[in-house]
Amino acid sequence: MKETGYEYQIVRGFAFSALFWLIVGLLVGLWISVEMFTPALNLTPWLSFGRLRVVHTNGLGLGFGLAGIFATSYYMLQRLTRTPLPFPGLARAHLYLFNAAIALAALSLFAGFSTTKEYAELEWPLDIGVVILWVMFAVNVFAILIKRQEKQMYISLWYIIAMTVTVAVLYIVNNLEIPVTWNKSYSIYAGANDANVQWWYGHNIVGFIFTVPVLAMFYYFLPKASGLPIYSHRLSIVSFWALIFAYLWTGAHHLMLTPLPEWIQTVAIAFSIFLIAPSWGSVVNGYYTLQGNWDQMRSNYLVKFFILGVTFYGLQTIQGPTQGLRTLNAFFHYTDWVVGHVHMGTMGWVAMVISASFYYMIPRITGTQLYSIRLANLHFWLILVGQLLWTITMWIGGIQQGAMWKATSPDGSLMYDFLDSVTSLYPYYRLRFAAGVVYFAGILVFAWNLIMTVRQKPAEAEA
Amino acid sequence: MGIYSKPVVFAVLSAAVILIGTVVTVFVPLLMPSTQPVSAWVKPYTAVELEGRDIYMREGCQNCHTQTVRPLRTEVLRYGEYSKPEEFAFDRPFLWGSRRTGPDLNRVGGKYPDAWHYLHMQNPQGMFGKSNMPPYGWLAEKKLDVTHSFRKTSVLGYGYSEQEVLQQIDACRTKVTAPAYDSRKARNSVTPEALRNDLTEMDAMIAYLQKLGKDVKSPEAKN
Repeated sequence: MKETGYEYQIVRGFAFSALFWLIVGLLVGLWISVEMFTPALNLTPWLSFGRLRVVHTNGLGLGFGLAGIFATSYYMLQRLTRTPLPFPGLARAHLYLFNAAIALAALSLFAGFSTTKEYAELEWPLDIGVVILWVMFAVNVFAILIKRQEKQMYISLWYIIAMTVTVAVLYIVNNLEIPVTWNKSYSIYAGANDANVQWWYGHNIVGFIFTVPVLAMFYYFLPKASGLPIYSHRLSIVSFWALIFAYLWTGAHHLMLTPLPEWIQTVAIAFSIFLIAPSWGSVVNGYYTLQGNWDQMRSNYLVKFFILGVTFYGLQTIQGPTQGLRTLNAFFHYTDWVVGHVHMGTMGWVAMVISASFYYMIPRITGTQLYSIRLANLHFWLILVGQLLWTITMWIGGIQQGAMWKATSPDGSLMYDFLDSVTSLYPYYRLRFAAGVVYFAGILVFAWNLIMTVRQKPAEAEA
Repeated sequence: MGIYSKPVVFAVLSAAVILIGTVVTVFVPLLMPSTQPVSAWVKPYTAVELEGRDIYMREGCQNCHTQTVRPLRTEVLRYGEYSKPEEFAFDRPFLWGSRRTGPDLNRVGGKYPDAWHYLHMQNPQGMFGKSNMPPYGWLAEKKLDVTHSFRKTSVLGYGYSEQEVLQQIDACRTKVTAPAYDSRKARNSVTPEALRNDLTEMDAMIAYLQKLGKDVKSPEAKN
């Protein structure tokens, strides 16, 4: 089972880092979800909602998301190129520095050092740290691709390359800022330009962290887990180029009906609609891969995760462009509908695909069997039910709030105070918290299952 | 087969592909003055308002409050005149927000007296029993740090001299500590005795909130 020279310690280190930050990030999420209906939980300045929300988003986006991406990328890169990691020492330093940076990032956000630009809140010294970390990763990515033993680059490698290049561009351009002190800086862009740069970044960082590398995992681990080749290579080529081309035009759908020039908004709407095609290209490719083998949904516990995951990706990529339409956006924007939308992607698509990728990968790199398939199934059902309950609750809450903001009396005056629209959401917030607890329980099962897997004796001993 | 076996070419090509949309929708607008127009009506923040804005950012207020009124009938009814691009010429970063857990604040300046803000921030539930806003009374217990105020306004290019910055800080302190200050009672009720003759973080925050939308409201009032 173990090939000589492959560096798997780093893979394992990043995988368990991802698990750790996932649990921390979700705990913060649970805490702020209670703050939404129990403001007494804002016990101290650093526990207040305004500061904690960014600890939640950064902890999960950077801590869990990136660590999961690094773990699976280091694995896929070595397997798909049939080449050991060229610079294992650099990768080890990458792992340690990454965790130190995430810990410092969390502390700095607790302390209120924030640029306020969404998913780019870290202040300038940490921005420099993030860039260094990214370069450390990129060196190994390109070195292994250049030294590779396998001539053709498989689909997953395209997505890893696109992520490596694009995230660098996005992060640097959006974080250009002038330092005032060591923990305070101002953006170099003003007003509408700053908004435009920010949402070009905000939309695409989600695209190139929560879509592109997760598609890399999907294209690699689904065929591996199912033993079935990807349905269409040609479809994957078309989907890839169309996706990375169209994504970058769409950021302004986050700024619908704001003072941003209207043409930028309209271009964003058009490209958002177009984006349905390449997104569904991957969804369809996944579905057709299972053609004639749908019994694996019952017999193969990993396939469930991938297929449900990609289904949420498909729903997400229809819902997104739809709520970006000007008329619908006027109703849904700024409500919890959008919060529900984001969480279907993260709790459904991203977490399910990373979960299954880890289940496939960890036993193989440690030479063991998965501790318990039964627990993996329990994990699946808990996060599925938790996520569905979570997002549907938020969609209904969003519709309710949007309707209350819009409602007018026959004389043309507003029917509801703003506060009415807030208090009417409290039942939904309670239900959302309950859904979050179910989801969190599923994640604990996941963590337990992986910990027990690596604590077993290697499988050779049994055989 | 072609680019799928040439990683460097592939990376360069990917970069080119992602840069097309980026250049057209982000870089080109940066070079167009019409994206972020300036207006003589809209004045930069004073040093104290800017400090207040930095506290607003530190506390993450933008996570729950937007600062853009959209051109929709009910929105204008609720908040006032819709937001114009000129108003944000001095906003670095922008603080438009993405979620309204609380109401929009782009037109909050002048809507309530300072006293309302002191009491509301000290204890939002005291004013609105079912509100879910966190309390911010502790801002009144922290003396405003003005060490970097001048440097901040210079970095942002507001064009104030160091003297002017000191005058702005002094003017605000004089205003809120004067016996004749119309919100004195509320301010004293939330500010510890030792800080009553100084500027607190809450004073700066309220100065900032009272500035929001004011430049647009005043020319309208004159019409």
